[in-house]
Amino acid sequence: MPTKTVPDRNDGNFLQEVQQASEQNLTRCYQCGNCTAGCPLSFAYDIPVNKLMRMLQAGEKHAVLSSRAIWLCASCETCTTRCPNEIDVARIMDVLRHMARREGLVAEAPVRHLWDAFLTSVEKHGRVFEVGMMANFVKRTGRFWTDADLAPVALGKGKLGLRPHCIEHQDEVQRIFARFREQA
Amino acid sequence: MNIGVFVCHCGSNIAGTVDTEQVAQAARSFPEVAFATDTMYACSEPGQAGIIDAIREYGLDGVVVASCTPRMHEATFRKTIGRAGLNTYLFEMANIREHVSWIGKDKEANTNKAIDLVQIAVEKLRRNTALFSSEFEINKRVMVIGGGVAGIQAALDCADGGLEVVLVERESTIGGKMAKLDKTFPTVDCSSCILGPRMVDIAQHPNITLHAMAEVESVDGFVGNFDVKVRKKATYVDWEACTGCGQCMEKCPSRKAEDRFNEHVGTTTAINIPFPQAIPKKAVIDPGACIMLTKGKCGACAKLCPTQAIRFEQEDTVVQEQVGAIIAATGYDLFDFTLYGEYGGGRYPDVVTSMQYERMLSASGPTGGHLVRPSDGKEPKDIVFIQCVGSRDHSVNRPYCSGFCCMYTAKQTILTKDHIPDSQSYVFYMDIRSPGKLYDEFTRRAMEEYGAKYIRGRVSTIQPRNGRYVVKGADTLMGSPVEIEADLVVLAVGAEASRGAGALAEKLRISYDGYGFFMEGHPKLKPVETNTAGVYLAGSCQGPKDIPSSVAQGSAAASKVQALFSRDKLASDPQVSSVALQRCVGCAKCASTCPFGAIEMTEFRGMPKASVVETVCQGCGVCAVTCPQGAIQLQHFTDNQILAEVNALCPY
Amino acid sequence: MSVTQYAYYPGCSGMGSSIEYDISTRALCKSLGVELLDIPDWNCCGSTPAHASDHLLSASLVARNLAIAESMDVAGIITPCPSCLKNLKTTSLRMQRKAFHDKVESIVERPVRADLPIKSVLQTVLEHCEPEAIASHVSRPLKGLKVVPYYGCIMNRPPDVMTFDDPENPTSLDRLMTALGAEVLPFPHKVDCCGASLGLVRRDLVTTLSGRILDTAAALGAHAIVAACPMCQMNLDMRQSQINRANHTRHHMPVFYYTQLAGLALGQSESCLCMDKLCVNPADTLRLVDCPAAEERTR
Ligand SMILES: Cc1cc2nc3c(=O)[nH]c(=O)nc-3n(C[C@H](O)[C@H](O)[C@H](O)COP(=O)(O)OP(=O)(O)OC[C@H]3O[C@@H](n4cnc5c(N)ncnc54)[C@H](O)[C@@H]3O)c2cc1C
Ligand code: SF4
Ligand code: SF4
Ligand code: SF4
Ligand code: SF4
Repeated sequence: MPTKTVPDRNDGNFLQEVQQASEQNLTRCYQCGNCTAGCPLSFAYDIPVNKLMRMLQAGEKHAVLSSRAIWLCASCETCTTRCPNEIDVARIMDVLRHMARREGLVAEAPVRHLWDAFLTSVEKHGRVFEVGMMANFVKRTGRFWTDADLAPVALGKGKLGLRPHCIEHQDEVQRIFARFREQA
Repeated sequence: MNIGVFVCHCGSNIAGTVDTEQVAQAARSFPEVAFATDTMYACSEPGQAGIIDAIREYGLDGVVVASCTPRMHEATFRKTIGRAGLNTYLFEMANIREHVSWIGKDKEANTNKAIDLVQIAVEKLRRNTALFSSEFEINKRVMVIGGGVAGIQAALDCADGGLEVVLVERESTIGGKMAKLDKTFPTVDCSSCILGPRMVDIAQHPNITLHAMAEVESVDGFVGNFDVKVRKKATYVDWEACTGCGQCMEKCPSRKAEDRFNEHVGTTTAINIPFPQAIPKKAVIDPGACIMLTKGKCGACAKLCPTQAIRFEQEDTVVQEQVGAIIAATGYDLFDFTLYGEYGGGRYPDVVTSMQYERMLSASGPTGGHLVRPSDGKEPKDIVFIQCVGSRDHSVNRPYCSGFCCMYTAKQTILTKDHIPDSQSYVFYMDIRSPGKLYDEFTRRAMEEYGAKYIRGRVSTIQPRNGRYVVKGADTLMGSPVEIEADLVVLAVGAEASRGAGALAEKLRISYDGYGFFMEGHPKLKPVETNTAGVYLAGSCQGPKDIPSSVAQGSAAASKVQALFSRDKLASDPQVSSVALQRCVGCAKCASTCPFGAIEMTEFRGMPKASVVETVCQGCGVCAVTCPQGAIQLQHFTDNQILAEVNALCPY
Repeated sequence: MSVTQYAYYPGCSGMGSSIEYDISTRALCKSLGVELLDIPDWNCCGSTPAHASDHLLSASLVARNLAIAESMDVAGIITPCPSCLKNLKTTSLRMQRKAFHDKVESIVERPVRADLPIKSVLQTVLEHCEPEAIASHVSRPLKGLKVVPYYGCIMNRPPDVMTFDDPENPTSLDRLMTALGAEVLPFPHKVDCCGASLGLVRRDLVTTLSGRILDTAAALGAHAIVAACPMCQMNLDMRQSQINRANHTRHHMPVFYYTQLAGLALGQSESCLCMDKLCVNPADTLRLVDCPAAEERTR
């Protein structure tokens, strides 16, 4: 493992940026590991969540933003609920995903594609159209529908509409997306 | 008046951001200032000598020192000018450090403000008069509140020194938390073997009066002459007659009384002596659990008692004690872990507190010293200890470290191995805090010789599974979550202020911090004093402390009391109110507002007049602002003096 | 029983994959005097994909719904879905800060006060009607039915935002189910995450997390799981076969919405409650519920 010299690994304003965007004080984290202990997805993370917090303190921007963990976080709020220092860890995970996206560092591409497919559907219809979203997801990932076995069940139970439920003023939602893009 | 002004640099503390020379220069132009200079450290030996020299050389009869807060050095400088023969009240301090140099960076503005403060001090000093204190007798009895190990130590030290001691304990026995412990770190010696004899000494010492089952109801008076009312709660047993034989307990049919001594591991009889070594060893009836007192029938104990000591009709009594000093030693209480829902919030029978565990380890405890699971009485094999429960945790408003739980957890892992050789202890910790003598070696021994497995990380949750408990924690050094299946989980609950500490502090007129721990007089230099003269602290009522530190403080507080009582008389503070008889119209408004009852109404030539009892007056000044005639004035803070200060600051 | 009107936000899944939740929710509210007025032309709140992509976008999608609801004469906004609820509540809370509020308004191009109370249907129902009061309406007590209540991870967490029930050991479903006559087993996984949001992309993770929940429920001897979240329910119910395959288990554990069981106890018919929409067939379980009416039918 290479030795890191502290100033080198400190990535400029990264910690500041994360703190600002998440409105959290990360200097409070004393590395107790409670977040990792409670996180249901720790077993799947490449970097445990308490270590991510430590790496933030150290300013390791690239390593943090290219981790798979930030995409596997289920936003379950366990870490936030139990952090003894009242750090909203789940919100920080959100912010890291936002930043990773902007930096083009998406380690779990399918997650991102699913979310994009979801939002595309919302943008188009005002609500999610589940069948359409999944078709779009397959198109983006080239993956065959992972849940092919469930399709007949869902269809049989009348749970998958084959036509989208469009809202009346789709344009309003579309304008929200458009203005959001302008501002970003 | 010939006034001398001394402007202190305080090294660079003041001189760094205040032009002290310019302040001295400006002072020379103030009325009646005969001499002004700046000085490096006014409080140092040469600094004080400089003041005395100047007094002699320039014939000064009043001195202003512009330096730090009067809380720091007013007494120092008063003594200085006293040595030069001046009355010590012909002195004023201008605080140009805390009020100026430490809070502003702009040197010019700071210098101007410092000049203003010096001018205010000069104007006040010009109107000061010489004041003389009178003397009063000291009542050389001392009250110790709280009979834990700290209070016991303080009481014995005072009593051995020849003082009369009144010890007030809330429970029916003294001993505090230490009486509940099995063994003590770092020597693993038996707690009751070392505490027991001390407790017996308390009972047998001719100089000690013990009020158990008692609490302080009110405190009047002042240093040297406190007047304390103590409420002795009804015990429903005549303690004069009770011999502590314990026969009543054997036949009491009500066995569901809460067992506070055993930390609610199980229940006890309605009539109870908490443990065999209790001091005083007297029975007490829990009125909520006694069948006679709740339903009006039973009386089994009364029939059995060989000395007919049972008194179902007994009521609380209040006794009055006069003492010259008070030592508060009310200890701590344990954090209520049921706030942690993730640890079961009290729903899981085999998740116990560290103190419950002590009782389970103790041979005189509810399990006879057998370590068993409360749920099924089986011997546990895998035991998980969780440290910092209710400590170092912002989310439950306990950000502080409780100081002793790392150590007692290590102790408990060692004792666990002694009790059950094929058991395995696991300790979840964040840091190990063991800075005492032989302490770190002790925690190492727990790991190296007793095989306790220490895991660095907090526990997120405890979940029951098939009669055992899955403890989900993290090993941050490994960088992974860990799960341990435990038979028993012990929570190292933190210390918090003793129940009711705030209310007691208010009776004693001492300060307490945001968590309810009593405030010492100075964090470094006055560790057992308070800001109220004659009231001292010992033990963990001031903050969590282990036994050696609590005992050290008990002795320290005792020696402070001895020093106070080494004089026969105390000088009263002359900064008290006084009545101008010709102005007083006898309306008695002052007498009704005085919070200390220091004003008496008397008659002078047939007219009602107010009169101040100087030894009772605390100099708060409430009367002075109440008097419609301006007849009652607080010495050293008269209306004229205060107005002169205001006028100096706002001349227009 | 008094009637209170609420703006109702069904959530997208209520239109499709959790249609039985929507239908049974409406039925329960009606029978308890909670009147639901659908937010006209509501749009998707963006759910996790939105807040995981950008907080401003997420808040703006929510804010349009808040604005519409604010023009209705209602006591508050209620939704059955915890994910929608968290988004609505988080947005409303963050919009108390003026700078953020102004940004959001500039994107949705309409005034948003963000001051209506926002609650789950579960909270509303229980505030409107104490469990004891609900018990007095029960015509078909769920006697003999052993259930574990599964709240899901975000119904009451984070506590500062959700401000409902205990974040570690919630009891609202427990109390409701007990009032309806069911036996509620102490369930250690009440608020554990089932991994639903990763269902489409990482099924391996979901089968692990959800498997644990099913395993414990079965080990405790539960006849059914009672859910309050459409994502959880879908995950545990529709994916139960996948979970069984991955973990080599043979669970047959019906997963009801609490609204379905409540409706049943209050005398609504199984077909009205869309019991047939559940993937794990609940027929055997429902037969456990003492039911004179059912006996008659079979005769
Ligand atoms: C599980 C556990 C294990 C421990 N093991 C060790 C160990 O091995 N070694 C060690 O050095 N330390 C140990 N400690 C710490 C030890 O308990 C304390 O250091 C010690 O008890 C402090 O003594 P104290 O007299 O200050 O307070 P306490 O023991 O709390 O005594 C205070 C007394 O004041 C009484 N009181 C409270 N309020 C009032 C009131 N208003 N009026 C009248 N009386 C009142 C109480 O009833 C009590 O008797 C342990 C602590 C715990 C929790
Ligand atoms: S729980 Fe909080 S303090 Fe502990 S490691 Fe995680 S973020 Fe840091
Ligand atoms: S919110 Fe994300 S990081 Fe936090 S515990 Fe849940 S899954 Fe883990
Ligand atoms: S009278 Fe009360 S204390 Fe005495 S034996 Fe009966 S229940 Fe016990
Ligand atoms: S002494 Fe140890 S266990 Fe106790 S609060 Fe401090 S660090 Fe935690």
